[in-house]
Amino acid sequence: MKRLPVNRLSSRTFSVIIWIVLLTLPIWMRAVGSYTELGTQVVVLALAAMALNFLLGFTGTLSFGHAAYFGLGAYGAAMTIKYLVPSTPLAIVVGMAAGTIAAMIIGALIVKLRGVYFAMVTIAFGQVFYFITFRWNTVTGGDDGLSGWHRIPLDLGFTSIDIEHDGKAFYYFVLLCFALCVGVMAFLLRSPFGRTLLAIRENERRARFLGIPIERHLWLSFVISCLFASVAGALYALLNNFTDPRALYWGQSGNFVIMAVLGGMRSFWGPLIGAAIFVVLQDYVSSHTENWMSFVGLFFVLVVLFFPRGVLGIIRRRTMR
Amino acid sequence: MDREPPQRSRRRTVLKAGLAVGAAQLAGPFIISARGEEPVKIGLDNPLTGTYAAVGKNELIGCQYAVEQINAKGGILGRHVELLVEDSTSGDSSTAVQKARKLIDRDKVNFLVGNVNSALAVAMAGVAYEKGVFMMDPGGHTDAITGTGCHWNVFRICNTTQTEANAVAGTLVKDYGKKFYYITPDYAFGHTLEAGMIKAVAALGGTRVGGALTPLGTTDFSSYLIAAEAAKPDVIIFLVQGDDQVNALKQAVQFGLEKRVHLAGAQGELEPLEGLPPEARIGTWVFEWYWNQPGVPHVAEFVAAIKKKTGRVPTARTWFGFAGTWSCALAANGAKSLEAVKMAKFLQGYHLPPEVALMPDGAYFRAGQNQLIGDLYVGNAQAHGSAPDDLFKVTKVVKGTDVAGTLEETGCKMTWPA
Amino acid sequence: MTQLILFNVFNGLIVGAFYALMALGLSLILNLSGVINFAHGGFLAIGGYLAYALIPFVGFWGALLIAPFLTAFLGLIVERLLIRRLYGRDPLYSLLLTFGLAYIFEDSTRFIWGAQSVPFQVPDWLMQPLSSHYFFLTGYRLFMVLLVAAAVAALFLILTRSRLGIRIRAGTLDLETVSVLGVNVRILRTLNFGLGIYLAGLAGVLAAGMLGLSPTIGTSLIMPSFVAIIVGGLGSLPGTLLGGLLIGVASGITTVFAPSATEAIIYVMMGLVLLIRPRGLLGEEGRVQ
Repeated sequence: MKRLPVNRLSSRTFSVIIWIVLLTLPIWMRAVGSYTELGTQVVVLALAAMALNFLLGFTGTLSFGHAAYFGLGAYGAAMTIKYLVPSTPLAIVVGMAAGTIAAMIIGALIVKLRGVYFAMVTIAFGQVFYFITFRWNTVTGGDDGLSGWHRIPLDLGFTSIDIEHDGKAFYYFVLLCFALCVGVMAFLLRSPFGRTLLAIRENERRARFLGIPIERHLWLSFVISCLFASVAGALYALLNNFTDPRALYWGQSGNFVIMAVLGGMRSFWGPLIGAAIFVVLQDYVSSHTENWMSFVGLFFVLVVLFFPRGVLGIIRRRTMR
Repeated sequence: MDREPPQRSRRRTVLKAGLAVGAAQLAGPFIISARGEEPVKIGLDNPLTGTYAAVGKNELIGCQYAVEQINAKGGILGRHVELLVEDSTSGDSSTAVQKARKLIDRDKVNFLVGNVNSALAVAMAGVAYEKGVFMMDPGGHTDAITGTGCHWNVFRICNTTQTEANAVAGTLVKDYGKKFYYITPDYAFGHTLEAGMIKAVAALGGTRVGGALTPLGTTDFSSYLIAAEAAKPDVIIFLVQGDDQVNALKQAVQFGLEKRVHLAGAQGELEPLEGLPPEARIGTWVFEWYWNQPGVPHVAEFVAAIKKKTGRVPTARTWFGFAGTWSCALAANGAKSLEAVKMAKFLQGYHLPPEVALMPDGAYFRAGQNQLIGDLYVGNAQAHGSAPDDLFKVTKVVKGTDVAGTLEETGCKMTWPA
Repeated sequence: MTQLILFNVFNGLIVGAFYALMALGLSLILNLSGVINFAHGGFLAIGGYLAYALIPFVGFWGALLIAPFLTAFLGLIVERLLIRRLYGRDPLYSLLLTFGLAYIFEDSTRFIWGAQSVPFQVPDWLMQPLSSHYFFLTGYRLFMVLLVAAAVAALFLILTRSRLGIRIRAGTLDLETVSVLGVNVRILRTLNFGLGIYLAGLAGVLAAGMLGLSPTIGTSLIMPSFVAIIVGGLGSLPGTLLGGLLIGVASGITTVFAPSATEAIIYVMMGLVLLIRPRGLLGEEGRVQ
């Protein structure tokens, strides 16, 4: 195992650059003709894609149903504020719990499956959740989505931060959540647990012979991955002050996979780059031409042809060696 | 992707060329003085891809034509008008919300326009209300927008679903029977339209014998049609729209259902009829605007201009976009201000000029509801008409005031900012 | 009630046959080349639109004959220029590439033929129901089922009798050995891809006669086709056929009892099948993807 991505992760410079860019983003975002909400969206979706990649890139298992947990996080947060308590942190906690509990149950059912079958069964459960939110009009608002609520300013006791109206404050709030989640993921990947996941990815049979309980590790990896996906979902609902069943649709899961593959799934920061390209490219091209789909599609094709390991795969190889 | 997509430059250049010509023709002193100023921005957040791409595109054409006219006539408060277009997609509310925020926060639009999809229109209205921006909904029909969920700053061109239902119910019950089966799209628009139909039909003694809710984007309607036939209704009401309507009608006609049951709908449009083979162009519908209105002033010019621009006749959607955009300009010029409150106040009870209304009895924004009330056209789809595009035979023009219900019935309670 | 169920079973078989046709094409490509073709729906739409463009010149029957071949030809070009570079790489890259292609196809059809659905004319005599009682059995739908049956029979004949077919099947089982035995695997894969896309084109022409022909016609059909493949068992073409028919009937019957679960049922079914029989109904044990 000579090319462990975790080793590359220790190349601090790259991480430092990423953090500087993220921290200063609201300052230069407007100057380059963009807007803060777009940055927030990139960070939120990057969290979802990185969460997916915990399972995909570092455990070697493809889930095509992560939108279900993303969406459960979104609905958990939205419904908490709308029906229960007007509190942003509590909304995130409830959203996270909703997604994680669902993942624990589903995960236990499916860990025996591998490859395409695992991917397809995650789609199956994801779609079932999707149709439940779609059809359960009275609670979820059905296809119209859940509106008529908004994120609540943070009350810190001595002061309050208005993340409701101040887009920059909300961006930094999201970035803080992102940093916590990403920090935990990086820590886990460096821990013996993370090394074991890599061992499973590289050669499951050998890992099994070494006495590693594969199913339990896979289950844990799936649950952790879904936990962060549901945090991302909760933040996404808070960003839009709105959520709808599309958050759970398989197409959304597909987008997360695309982001991870686009950026480079063997690299820790790859999905972040992928999400940034995916979101900014669509946003930019679609305001300039109604034929934006051709340009975005062509871009994907070109990435596959010229960046065999995703965008970051090649950049990093060039700069780091 | 370091180069700008060519499509963009072409579109923008055409638009700019149009502006230049318009300005040159008028060349009034106040255009020249306006040159240095920031243009007035209208942000259109409407579907250009997906199921509603066709109707969304027609609304866009109407908006573009209106902007050309407005600029040729001196713009808004003497300033140029610029139309910013964003694709909201057909069903993804998050995208629509995101684009609305982008138009408001980054582009600082003075007017937000959209959306064909009712669910997206409701979501956008939420953003517009939060930001206090003047919003015009050209073609999203769900009642809440100018009913229980109405806002002082949100106006609408197309009718409420209840109005459409009231307009067609009489003809259906009188001519075709009392037992109704509903095929309804499963989102805001469909739910309110079905509720409206049930209410309107019940008032005349008709009943609902069954119904099916179909998700947006359903392609195969055969099992729903089997269920519908089994309920033995007199009339099957198709409330689905766009491509879904094409699929449903095409299959119903292949099954020969039109020979045993009357097929009808509440909201009919020219776009789906054009997508159907001739034998499937059937049923009783309400149109909200139709191009073939002999004798109504200014309609012929409008039709000719759109035909010259696109090669096709305008549809109700084209008119929605046209009238919606013009209403924005008229509000600002009338209020002599771009402040949302002043413009909204000005439009209360405002009658559109005939060259914008393009209807025999005119059209006005009802005060306290912000809903445009005009004429509705009840009639039948026809395989062939006087012209290749004449696919609808108007049998009755219904006055909006007679079928729109009272202001109290709409449930709209508006609170104005202090 | 029994009549309603019976109707829906029949109708489900018809719908299922259509899913099967699309799924067989997907399955062929997935089995031999390991490519998850998300652009299959796009190829389907192109097949329909090509037929629409050809009808004024060659009539419906001519179009039915020619359009699938043209679609397959486009498929061959795509394979030689793009898909070929993906062999041996993680299947996820094929997903990214075909996802991009699907975008391009949808946008191109919209650019060329417009966003609005176009009227697709099928011969009148096919458009009639055969009996007023079984009104859902129209000539066209019956014809479609027969055509699917013929295509499936032909496909199985090709796969079991012809040299190409035997090589494709052998390649599905063990590509390396086949290549060592001197078979040109590159050409084999190209032809196989073309065959899969031919089926997509055929499905497109058939769909255009039944559904509204618009740029998004293929989008909602792709997921049920994947479900059909998985339910039937990856690697098994009879399984794919069975899977298609099963999901058609299942959603048909669900309309009677629980209309709101009509779309969810096929996913519930796939979940159950995988949990009970992880390789799908007819999938071979021991074949690991």
